Order: sequence, then C-alpha cells, then structure tokens
Amino acid sequence: MHKVDDIEIDQLSKIEGHADLRIKIRNDKVEDVQLRITENKRFYTQAIKGKPVNNIAQVVSRICGTCSIAHNTCCIESLENALKIKPSEQTLMLRNLNMYGLMIRDHALHLYLFCMPDIFGVDSVLQFEGKNHQYLHDAFDVKKVGNNLCTRIGGRAVHPMLPQIGGFLKTPDINQLKESVNEMKAIRPRIFDLIDIFHRCDFKFENKRHFVALTNDDYNYIKGKICSSAGHCIEEADYWDHLERIIIPYSQATAFRFEGEPFMVGALPRMNLNKKSLHPDTKKDASKALSVFPSENIYHNNLAQAIEILNSIDRSIDMIETAEIKADPRPAVEYKLESGVGVIEAPRGTLYYMVSLKPDGTIGYGNLIIPTAQNEIIMNMDVKKLVESMLDQEKSVVELELEKLIRAYDPCMSCAAHFLKVEWDEK
Amino acid sequence: MVENGKLNIGIFSFTGDEGCVITLVEALNDYIFKWKDFINVKYARVLQRKNKLEDIDVAIVEGAMSSKNEISRLEEIRKNSKKLVALGSCAIDGTPSNHRNFFLEPKLGDIMPLIKKFDLNVKVEPLNKFVKVDDVVPGCPMIPATFLNVMYKYFEEFGLKVPR
Repeated sequence: MHKVDDIEIDQLSKIEGHADLRIKIRNDKVEDVQLRITENKRFYTQAIKGKPVNNIAQVVSRICGTCSIAHNTCCIESLENALKIKPSEQTLMLRNLNMYGLMIRDHALHLYLFCMPDIFGVDSVLQFEGKNHQYLHDAFDVKKVGNNLCTRIGGRAVHPMLPQIGGFLKTPDINQLKESVNEMKAIRPRIFDLIDIFHRCDFKFENKRHFVALTNDDYNYIKGKICSSAGHCIEEADYWDHLERIIIPYSQATAFRFEGEPFMVGALPRMNLNKKSLHPDTKKDASKALSVFPSENIYHNNLAQAIEILNSIDRSIDMIETAEIKADPRPAVEYKLESGVGVIEAPRGTLYYMVSLKPDGTIGYGNLIIPTAQNEIIMNMDVKKLVESMLDQEKSVVELELEKLIRAYDPCMSCAAHFLKVEWDEK
Repeated sequence: MVENGKLNIGIFSFTGDEGCVITLVEALNDYIFKWKDFINVKYARVLQRKNKLEDIDVAIVEGAMSSKNEISRLEEIRKNSKKLVALGSCAIDGTPSNHRNFFLEPKLGDIMPLIKKFDLNVKVEPLNKFVKVDDVVPGCPMIPATFLNVMYKYFEEFGLKVPR
C-alpha cells in the first residue's frame, strides 16, 4: 500500500445512507477501523412520543424511504400486540404479499443497480452495453413488478397509506392483484439469469460470524421464531432481552451484540437458517445456487437476495391465485396503558419495534432497532480483516474492495444517502 | 441549449429518508429508455461511484438542511447548476425531517447533547432558506407525475425533444 497520510474519499456510492470509514494503520498493521454511520439524526424515537397511535405507522414509515413498508408493517404489528388486536387471516395474507412485493423491488434495486456494475466492471447500471444491456431492462422491469404489487396492496410502494392497525383502509381489488400474477409469471425466467449471475460471481470474503433471522415454515417475513446459527431459538417478544446495546462514540447509530457476540442479520442469515422453507418451485429452479448455503461468504448475501426475489414471486403467485378477497372491516381500537413488540424481517434483516401506549391514545415510548445497526460491529470486523489481507496492494484497489464488501451487506444508513468517506491514517 | 444533445443532471440527498430518490428511481421504470439518450448523469451517488459537481443543467435535490456542512454543500451545488429543483417535502419545507423544530422541553433537552456532539443545527430548514430554488416537486414521497412534468419542462427549455 502507498504510504500516503490521511486520504479522504467521498465515495461509497450505491448504498443507502451516509457513512464514513476511518482506517488507522501503524507499522503496516491495521490499528483501528471505524465505520461511521453519519446520517444526520432526525430523532424519530423522541418525535413519536405523544403522537396519536392511529397515525404513528405512517410517521415511522418516513424513517426509511426504501424500506418504508417494513417500518410500517413492524410498527403496526407492535401496536396490535400492545392493543391485543388479532388481525384477520386476510389481513395477514395481504401484509405478507406487501412484504414480498417490497423484497422484489428492494432486492432488485440493490442487485441490479448497486452490485451488478461491480461484476460487469463498470460504474453504473446505465453503462450496461452489448450482451449486458438486457440487464438494464431487467433492472427496471423487475423493480416495476414489485412496485406494482406493493401499490395495489398498500396504495403506493413508498410510504403506503392503506395499511392500518387491524387491517387496511381499502380492500385491494382481486383483479388488480391477478394483474400482478401475470406480471410476476412474465418476469420469473429473468430471475433465473439474476440468480445465475450472482451464483457464478467469484467474489469471496469469509469471516466467522453468528447469523440471526426470523424463521418459519413458509419463508414469510412477518411471523416466526428468531433463531441463531448457534442453535438457539427465541420468541419475537424476547428479542430485546438477548441484545446488548453498544454505544459507538463516533457513529450516529447504535450497535448491538446478540447474546454477547457480534452477529449478522439479512438475506444471508435467512437463507442459511431457513432455506428449507422456500417455495417448492424456488427450491427446484434454484437448486444449484441453493447448494452453496449455509455459507459464510458475505457476497452470498447478494445471491440469497436473488433467490428471495424468486421465492417472493412464487409465494405471491400461490397466495393470489388461491385468495378470496372480501370486505374486511377493521376491529374497533380501545386504547390502554400497554406495551407491544413487533419483529419482522426487513430486506436488510431483523427489525424490532417496542412501543408503549398511553390510555389517551398516544405513544409513551418507542424503541426501534434497525438491521444495519445490528450489523455494524461485524461490518467493522470484516473491514479490518479485509484491509489486513490487502496491505501490499494499491490503495485504490483496496478502496474498491472495501466498497464492494460494505455494499454486499446492503447497508441502510439512514436508511438514506450515499457516501463513504474513507480516511486513511497511516504513519 | 445543452452540450452533446444531453441534459446534465445531478441527484443529491440531504437529511431525510431518501424516499423521494427511491420514488424517482421507480418513476424511471417507465421512462429510463425514453430518457437514456437525452440525459447525462453527472452526479448521483445512488447510481455511480464517479461523480462530478460541475456544469450541471438541472440539480435535483431531496432532503432538508440540518447542519452547516449540508448548507455549504447545497451552496456549492447551486453554484454549479443552472437550475435547482427541490424534490419532496423535506426539501420544500423541511417536513417531516424537521420534527425537532417543534420539540418542547424535556424532548429538546434530551436531544441537545447529540445536536452538539454531531455538530447539527438546532433547526432543520428547507432549501430555499439558503439558495434559489427554481422548481418544486411536492409530496412525501414526491409525486411522480409532477416530477415528470418538471423534467419535460426542462427538456423543452434546454432544447431537447424527448418522447413522452
């Protein structure tokens, strides 16, 4: 590595959010790595205090543009648990569909627009030319299918208006949902290509880590038991008891350990811990790619996302084709002094909401734990290991590899924004 | 008129949730192939690593101003852009990223140590408090149809005949 002091690069593009990276090197050894989440705070946990319960899922949706459906869904689940409201089977089915639509759209954004340029050796999806030009079409076509499914259920794909405590403001039109089935069937073969590209990709970075994910018997994203690669399974409501909050002085986010250990959440943990529950058609058509799991290669997080798109399509087609959508009035809400927990799998991993309500129908307290905060410690560890293994290489090469590595986690720093300032401190 | 028959655009994000840029990327699902030969993306960290803040015809800016650094950066963008569009309600009036503007005690006292620690501004403010804004696309997230109208207005203004 060139002996240059204090280099700053304003460049982690193609991720969600603002982040800096500071690397301190002394005597050819990595002494310290600080991955700093620098997204300017908006103080949502304070902002929701005192706000009306019936509006709060729409407020917290604004924490993150790209995974707004996840925040909205998890918040509603926590409120329903606090209010002892049991949503109907139809409501749960529609929420599952909304989450599948989110996974299709959000994973497609990450894979085609953020990661695939690295594989093709170009800077941007807009530079896909020649034999790769088809993937520019696929990028926007696949996103659109997920976008349409979410819009037909939640009213829109970013900050949905229709999901509410106990149900939906408006029952989706089954004919419109059947349009989504046609779109998903049309797009399905293109996902085979996507899976194949990420399966054949030879990017590799392995590090020992614990994996944690919500697991169940149908690979849904909203209900199940939280299991770890260490073999422990716990109830959703108990998640917080197993987390250890770590204050990182230089970061605007808080980090966590699970049962005292650094851990990872996201598509890779889900696939490692729950691939048995994928749709039979997904298992059949992605069998070769599925054989790599369980995996400790962080780049297989991308492959797991590609397989999750296929599974989301297969599950959604089944659900819509067998659905009988009918008017489904929401139950009356009676406010009381209560607390509730919601845990779901957002695109980037396990999302936790705990809310306390007041009898006047307002929020007393909220505790939110986002996936990227849970991954922050392990990302720092991986960055350190990667830099240590590349100390003899050109700085520009190392920086490119660092970006690829961090991008593989699909971090959501704000969940918003786009730059990593790498600051090398070499003496 | 534009150089090389393409409109140089820049996409920038400040304090917010990036929902407007995500919505913009979704709006492109139906327009990317109509626009591809008429736009040159000079700056968009969401799409590319190599970015240049120079000679931008239309700067599309989402998010509100919540620190001195952001304000300096916005002024730099304005200096290098012929037109500047405020995308979404955070950019237009600060909402909803400006929750803290309305905090009373004890909430305000709770957040002040963090405001100081991270050198944030106490108030979150819209773009037009600091620079001239040529157009706005309201909504949270921004309304795609309005965004498309604004883009077509600039295509025309810069002498480009882009198919609808």
